Amino acid sequence: MNETPLIPAGVKRCSKWQFSLWMAAVTAVLLWGVYAMFLIWYKGLNQTNMNNAYGFALWIWADLAVIALGGGAFFSGFLTYIIGKKELKNIINFAVIIGFICYSSALLILAIDIGQPLRGWFIFWHANVHSMLTEVAFCLSCYFAVLTIEFIPLILENPKIDKVPFFHHLGHNMHGIMAIFAATGVFLSFFHQGSLGGVAGVLFGRPFAFREHIFIWPFTFFLFTWSAAACGPCFTILVTWITEKITRKKLVKDSVIQLFAKISGWMIITYIIAKTIDTLYWAFVTAPGLGFKLMDFYASPTYNIGLLFTEIVLCGFVPGLILITKRGRENSFSLMTAVILAVIGVCINRWVMVLQVMAVPVLSFNEWYTYMPSWQEIATTVLPVAYGLIVISLAYRYLPVFPQEKELNPID
Amino acid sequence: MFPFSFEWAWDMSHMVFMGGLWYALSIIGAGLTFCIIKAVIDTSRDGKQEPDHH
Repeated sequence: MNETPLIPAGVKRCSKWQFSLWMAAVTAVLLWGVYAMFLIWYKGLNQTNMNNAYGFALWIWADLAVIALGGGAFFSGFLTYIIGKKELKNIINFAVIIGFICYSSALLILAIDIGQPLRGWFIFWHANVHSMLTEVAFCLSCYFAVLTIEFIPLILENPKIDKVPFFHHLGHNMHGIMAIFAATGVFLSFFHQGSLGGVAGVLFGRPFAFREHIFIWPFTFFLFTWSAAACGPCFTILVTWITEKITRKKLVKDSVIQLFAKISGWMIITYIIAKTIDTLYWAFVTAPGLGFKLMDFYASPTYNIGLLFTEIVLCGFVPGLILITKRGRENSFSLMTAVILAVIGVCINRWVMVLQVMAVPVLSFNEWYTYMPSWQEIATTVLPVAYGLIVISLAYRYLPVFPQEKELNPID
Repeated sequence: MFPFSFEWAWDMSHMVFMGGLWYALSIIGAGLTFCIIKAVIDTSRDGKQEPDHH
């Protein structure tokens, strides 16, 4: 089959056999995950190592992590369409694709985690309106619909599809009112990112997670939204950088990356100051009020105080300070170091708010709980990574994802 | 989700929660419907003309 009509004009792509080889390798990993997924659906959640102590496990961490990392989509939409940072139009397509992958992965993981996916619709139909998780389910599903709507015009820009007049007009019209969809996405993201944090913050039986409230919302509600808006753009920058290294092309101008990094840096630094205040208040007021000392939560070899230092200082203040300085952003090594640290930081935050919460002994006669995921859990967590690689590869090959690519890589 | 679901109650929690959901769904649905209808109209106006590239 001749692929040329499918590939956007004015750009160069690798040969068909190279692409097929790469896709075959990634598909093999994907199939491993799909096999584990069907095993879980067929045999049940006994395929996992979850137990009464660990009702939330690796999947929920992966879920929260990909949702935080996918935050680059809503935040770049907010900056581009609502604040008016038009320069970010050069990276927003990719941010939307990454967001689409992250949110579809989150929904897939949830479909596996609930054990009985055929009853997944119950959460909508028989909604418990007092549950933070219901709010998460509503906003997550609706925001995924928004991301799909944001992704469709890009798919319709494929040279072959764009030749069909209806699709051409549909894409054009969707571009025209994208600000409305983006604003809806920001509204939905604020609530589901926040409610994911709220789930931990309202657990008054788990003093490691419990936080003071502002009206009905615990501090973690605001910190989760803030951290997703801060670190999501870093993940977008990181994936863009990886794509540039693999394709050996410059795809986005440095000025765009640095603007995105600067905004992200200020978000990280303000977030981490708020997180530090929250941690100090929790350590010296909230936890003692519930009968715990700070070091009670860090008395395990795995969960020691070094983890808190890594999250707040190494993966919080350090990347934030690098990204808010011009010299830090202009040096590609320090820029990428900061971006990677920020991504690790938000993943650690989600890890401790899911898994350390479960591990900490609550009663005086309890020990630290341990948990090791089964291979089925690992395979189904790797599955979204392989899926993401496939979507990015197809999108990069067949869609005009990067508006500056032609200008930065002229074909002789 | 709907007033005809057996557990529905006309209380503040349901109205705020479900109001938010239906508000978001309405915007998404109306926006998408507008785009599709306008695309049908634009296509029929174009007739057999070559589409202009934006």
